[in-house]
Amino acid sequence: MSDGTVQRGRGTVFVRKEICKGCSYCIDFCPTKCLGFSKDFNAKGYHYPDLARPADCSGCDMCGLYCPDFAIYGMRYRDLEKATAGAGTAADGAAKQA
Amino acid sequence: MSQNLAIAADEREYPVENPVIPYLRQERIPHIWCPGCGIGTTVNCFARALTESKRDLDQVAIVSGIGCTGRVAGYLNLDSFHTTHGRAIPFATGLKLSNPKLKVVVYSGDGDLFAIGGNHFVHAARRNMDLTVICVNNFTYGMTGGQLAPTTPIGASQTTMPYGNFENPFNLPFLADACGAVYVARWTVFHVKQLTRAMHEAISKPGFTFVEVLAPCPTLYSRRNKLGDGVDQVKYYKERSVVKHGAATKEVALGFQGDIVVGKFVDRERETWLDGMNAHFEKVLGPRYRRYGE
Repeated sequence: MSDGTVQRGRGTVFVRKEICKGCSYCIDFCPTKCLGFSKDFNAKGYHYPDLARPADCSGCDMCGLYCPDFAIYGMRYRDLEKATAGAGTAADGAAKQA
Repeated sequence: MSQNLAIAADEREYPVENPVIPYLRQERIPHIWCPGCGIGTTVNCFARALTESKRDLDQVAIVSGIGCTGRVAGYLNLDSFHTTHGRAIPFATGLKLSNPKLKVVVYSGDGDLFAIGGNHFVHAARRNMDLTVICVNNFTYGMTGGQLAPTTPIGASQTTMPYGNFENPFNLPFLADACGAVYVARWTVFHVKQLTRAMHEAISKPGFTFVEVLAPCPTLYSRRNKLGDGVDQVKYYKERSVVKHGAATKEVALGFQGDIVVGKFVDRERETWLDGMNAHFEKVLGPRYRRYGE
């Protein structure tokens, strides 16, 4: 897939792959089935989730609700743009969100 | 990886923080719960229920006993107390009565709340103490090695019941209902939205409120009974759950891998212990009595 042809869905997910334990809750209970296991694994040897079908992701954050390790969360691009608009750095955006 | 910058990015570069992060003690994450354990999911739902309730987090205290679920108090960035085995409810009662403005939540497991601390649960519910009790029920003693718990269904194998359990387990919603809890609900970790809502309702309601959450224990209960991984148990919850709001709590007992009746069973009004005490002493002592906790 070249960079120009990637389909963008309505939302995306963020994964803190270092703390994922590969339980696959997010993958099995994703309403749009857009997640899959990554080929890579983290330092503990677990395969963390990956946005396998980005065009299907609606950013509903069900993965974030299910994740027992607080390692994944989803967001709609609409909210993401709102949260990051005007904020110079990531930290500012996070503070605003909190 | 190049096609997805969001995932490839290091966590420090995330544009937005996970909404649960402010509720957690970051220095203690990753937590000790096994892969596939459902307790983390309940914590997730609890954090979101707190967000929905819009409470001042300085006025929320969380009390846990001993066990896997007892670790929750250590991970939540609230005023939290990790008490001795089974004594979460008496501690919470004392905390509530010494500072009646606090919202006190007891977050513990089935063994802690109903075996070692069973008596305390019964009496706190009888008095209608203003507490919220969240019980994560995984049908076993997880931390100590899979012994028989008072909630283990008949037929399930445990390390102290290697030929299968023959003891009748507790029906927790029935027990809470009979003792006088004003709010009783049961959900599983599959029902995250409903669970968040139930926790929100339980926190918002004055009086003794009780939420039972069924969670898988993949390491001990599931492995010993050959039930697969944590996610297989959650799939079983998905397939066999029947939502029955207002169901008679007598009929919601759990069998081994049988149907699970979930929903909000009890929602009623009763005078809390503090209100009862104030009303009683005003009646008996008249103007000599100053109301406590207002």
